[in-house]
Amino acid sequence: MAEPGIVFWILAVVTVASAVMVVTLKNIFHCALALILCLFSVAGIYILLNAEFLAAAQVLIYVGAVAILMIFAIMLTSNLASKAIRQSNEQVMVGTVVSVLFCGGMLALIYLTDKAIVSEETGVAFWRQVRGTLPADNVASLGGYLMTKFMLPFEVVSVLLLAAMIGAIVLARKEKA
Amino acid sequence: MNLIPIVAVELQPIFAWIYRWLEGLGLQGTLLTVVVYAGLGVMVFGVLAVLALFLVWWERKIAGHMQQRFGPMRNGWHGWYQTMMDGLKLLQKEDVLVDTRDKVVFFWAPVICFVAAFLAYVVMPFGDGLIVADLNVGILYIMAVTTFTVISLLMAGWGSNNKYALLGGMRSAAQVVSYEVPMVASILTVILFTGSLSMVDIVESQSGLVFNWFVFRLPFGPVAFMIYITAATAEANRTPFDIPEAEQELVAGFNVEYSGMKFAMFFLAEFVNMFTVSAIAVTLFFGGWQGWEFIPSWIWFLGKTFMVVLLLMLFRWTYPRLRVDQLMEFAWKILIPIAFVNLIVAGWMKYAGWYW
Repeated sequence: MAEPGIVFWILAVVTVASAVMVVTLKNIFHCALALILCLFSVAGIYILLNAEFLAAAQVLIYVGAVAILMIFAIMLTSNLASKAIRQSNEQVMVGTVVSVLFCGGMLALIYLTDKAIVSEETGVAFWRQVRGTLPADNVASLGGYLMTKFMLPFEVVSVLLLAAMIGAIVLARKEKA
Repeated sequence: MNLIPIVAVELQPIFAWIYRWLEGLGLQGTLLTVVVYAGLGVMVFGVLAVLALFLVWWERKIAGHMQQRFGPMRNGWHGWYQTMMDGLKLLQKEDVLVDTRDKVVFFWAPVICFVAAFLAYVVMPFGDGLIVADLNVGILYIMAVTTFTVISLLMAGWGSNNKYALLGGMRSAAQVVSYEVPMVASILTVILFTGSLSMVDIVESQSGLVFNWFVFRLPFGPVAFMIYITAATAEANRTPFDIPEAEQELVAGFNVEYSGMKFAMFFLAEFVNMFTVSAIAVTLFFGGWQGWEFIPSWIWFLGKTFMVVLLLMLFRWTYPRLRVDQLMEFAWKILIPIAFVNLIVAGWMKYAGWYW
């Protein structure tokens, strides 16, 4: 990658700006579109990290399925999109405090870890750098690991998702008298 | 990193010459990469725009002949430049704007639709080595970027602030989300045997005799192809699955409030999408650009793709439109079970080694 710095900063600014738009815009449909932009730029950051599979999966799942279902739900719910409805409630201050604290905690974690690593490593590492090279075929090795070493977590997650889906259907369907 | 993109053997001298010329101008590093890829983008865009114009004309001729009339005849030989004239007409038309529209969403919907239609061509292998970028997530990338088409249709439906447009957008979302499942399952059947998501690898694993094409690999190949082509018709929003713009029910569906150039963008994107799904079908099931070597590989690719496009056009003028509930039932109760059984059979055959 020739100029990862510039590309990273463009993506970072777009991600953060659209994330702010998700919570500040008045129209909930616009919020959903801003969320799509946010998730899409996160996919861009994955590409910068050489994780093409993760980027494609991010777009396919979050933009292609989750966001579309959200928009679908917004469209089906009457009055949800009218501008008279407030998008925030009285907990907005509490929420702000919690997210600022969380953000601070993450930043502190990054900088503390940085110090711990730099003292041992060459001194240029910004974040913990794992030794070794990228596999030639990301996708194949990912699939291999999912089917061998991480078989149990993979299956557990699948069952969990299935249970959640069945639960949603049970909650949503009308009882027949 | 090799800055010269992978290009066909017959085109390599030209590309090398352009590359040296750009270097002579003093371009280096990132800037050179950006210029080379921008040039490639313009090239692919130009080819596809002309193709889309041709497809519109071809569709009208086929429709005409199937209904025992001639179709466009006035502009040139059998009306060959009719679509260009239509394009010029649309350019001059007034851009009618509804006052109650959602301004930002209304403006961006056709733009996103148009851009999304062309994104898939980054990884499309047009010929032997004729590909912009051979990503190792090729087919997954295509599945990912084509979802933006749905978002643009939803945006158009919402932004128009019109009940017909909204209904069209919602139907399109429900339809595409449903048909994506059998589509991915049928693509997975092919991926199982190539062991790679890269479009070039998929094409090369079908080299040799014609029986190596996935469509001829019995018994799962033909089934996977039929599932794919059905789902692709739905993804491209074409009859018998054109519920999003069912004229008789929804006037024109999601694009009812669009006029002039904005309408033209939706219209062209639709034809580019049709070409995209056909090109994917050719890559996955018909050996891509492979064929007898005395004909250039890109002619094979285009020829095969036009055959699949012809199939889609024949569908459109043969079958009546499905009702919206029939459409959903067909996807979830018929297509998805068949697709998964097919995938299991293919996986079992791969495990047992019963394939060629």
